[in-house]
Amino acid sequence: MTYRFRDLLALEPLSADELTFILDQSQPFQEIQRHPLKKLATLRGKTVVLAFFENSTRTRLSFGTAASRLGADTMNLQAEASSLKKGETLLDTANNLNAMKPDCFVMRHSSSGAADFVARHLEIPVVNAGDGTHEHPSQGLLDALTIRDRKGTLKNLNVTILGDISHSRVARSNIHLLGKFGCRFTLCGPAMWVPRELEKIGPPGTPIRCVYRVEEALEDADVIIVLRVQTERLHEPSLAQNDYILLYQLNAERMRLAKKDALILHPGPINRGIEITPEVADGPRSAVLEQVTNGVSVRMAILYLLMVGATEGTHPALEVKGETKPKESAHASD
Amino acid sequence: MRLVEKSQLMSAAEIDRTLQRLAHQIVEKSGGTRHLALIGIRRRGVPLAQRIAQAMRGIDGVEVPVGTLDITLYRDDLSTVAPQAVLQSSHISFPVDSLDLVLVDDVLYTGRTVRAAMNGLFDLGRPKRVSLCVLIDRGHREMPIEAQYVGRDIQTSDTEIIEVRLREIDNEERVILVDRVES
Repeated sequence: MTYRFRDLLALEPLSADELTFILDQSQPFQEIQRHPLKKLATLRGKTVVLAFFENSTRTRLSFGTAASRLGADTMNLQAEASSLKKGETLLDTANNLNAMKPDCFVMRHSSSGAADFVARHLEIPVVNAGDGTHEHPSQGLLDALTIRDRKGTLKNLNVTILGDISHSRVARSNIHLLGKFGCRFTLCGPAMWVPRELEKIGPPGTPIRCVYRVEEALEDADVIIVLRVQTERLHEPSLAQNDYILLYQLNAERMRLAKKDALILHPGPINRGIEITPEVADGPRSAVLEQVTNGVSVRMAILYLLMVGATEGTHPALEVKGETKPKESAHASD
Repeated sequence: MRLVEKSQLMSAAEIDRTLQRLAHQIVEKSGGTRHLALIGIRRRGVPLAQRIAQAMRGIDGVEVPVGTLDITLYRDDLSTVAPQAVLQSSHISFPVDSLDLVLVDDVLYTGRTVRAAMNGLFDLGRPKRVSLCVLIDRGHREMPIEAQYVGRDIQTSDTEIIEVRLREIDNEERVILVDRVES
């Protein structure tokens, strides 16, 4: 098997076999993280753009580490320092960076669909490192790798996601990936963050239920994904921070309701004492630091698959819509 | 272009006898099995390394550690092979520092695989010595690389292919010479 797309924009269009393939290709890179010398020459002479139009520390450092361990160089664009502040359009910025002849374009943007838009205009592979509330494919993959390592399988697990689901691209990527392996989802949080419409976002037939009591959400859970609560969204009169803690915080007492071997994930950065207590975040059932290590391995696999070999990939967005027109004509019609 | 089998070079019994001899030679030249470890190069070097280790158990009664190495990430032709080269896992669970490592592969040809394997090994540490053991040396080297332990030297033309078939991977056990013929 090979990865058939030119870009990695979303997990939604990928099949269970294709997702398994990417996870399998991440395994050799997990070994590299344990080597005394971690630098390969596989992508020597290649350049990866890290265009973070929205702030990020972990994801940007993780992609940067992945690129440099493969031997590639990186070009960094950060939101505060960029010419976006001076009014340049996204497309102009992308075209200007592309004119410096990089080989891959990793980008994060606050607008859903931004990576897809850029991918339609560039000839080089584009990796979505998070777009608005749409998807965060590399996070979905590293979560799945962590779950598979700890649980031995991705099949038929009870997955609970806690927090602000409606604004979470991480939750969407998790559901699109794990839903293809028969996982059942329980989404839990304050009603304003867990609208019933979310029950329909998974792959067809995926059992997703929205519940509003954390005790109910934790029962029988194999995996608990705790999302970061954006504290700026917690305020009177909708919901005070103390009320969130009282109603939804994952603490040791509530963890007794979950399965004994339930696994806890958090995409970071953690608000200690808000969505999760330190004892749970640092406890034996938590895999938050394994997630970070696996993040580098997954991102090395993504860069390897997109940048090595003479692949003739298609554009996943075109494929989803059933279009087959070549890149050039799609470009010309814009 | 089609592939035609020209002749059988080794039978199952001959492969077995050759591996026994290679095991003896490695033990003799290394002055025993202390500090010795075998590294099988994926794919067919892996079962060969395991069988040599098994033969060594018969000689010295000692368990020689065996690791496996996938050289894909170290290849020098990754930008030209299409499509992607699929990665396999490497498993070397022991520290390689100060060890006498013997790389094991089925066929030595251009030497490029061995060059890649050595780069991979040196990312793991600083072995004391690295030597090379192959079942078949077919010539046509493109690198200054030689094997210290050779099962059989075979003269070939560059249109010919040597196929080592092992029961662990191919469900049969023999070495054959195949030729590319214009069809």
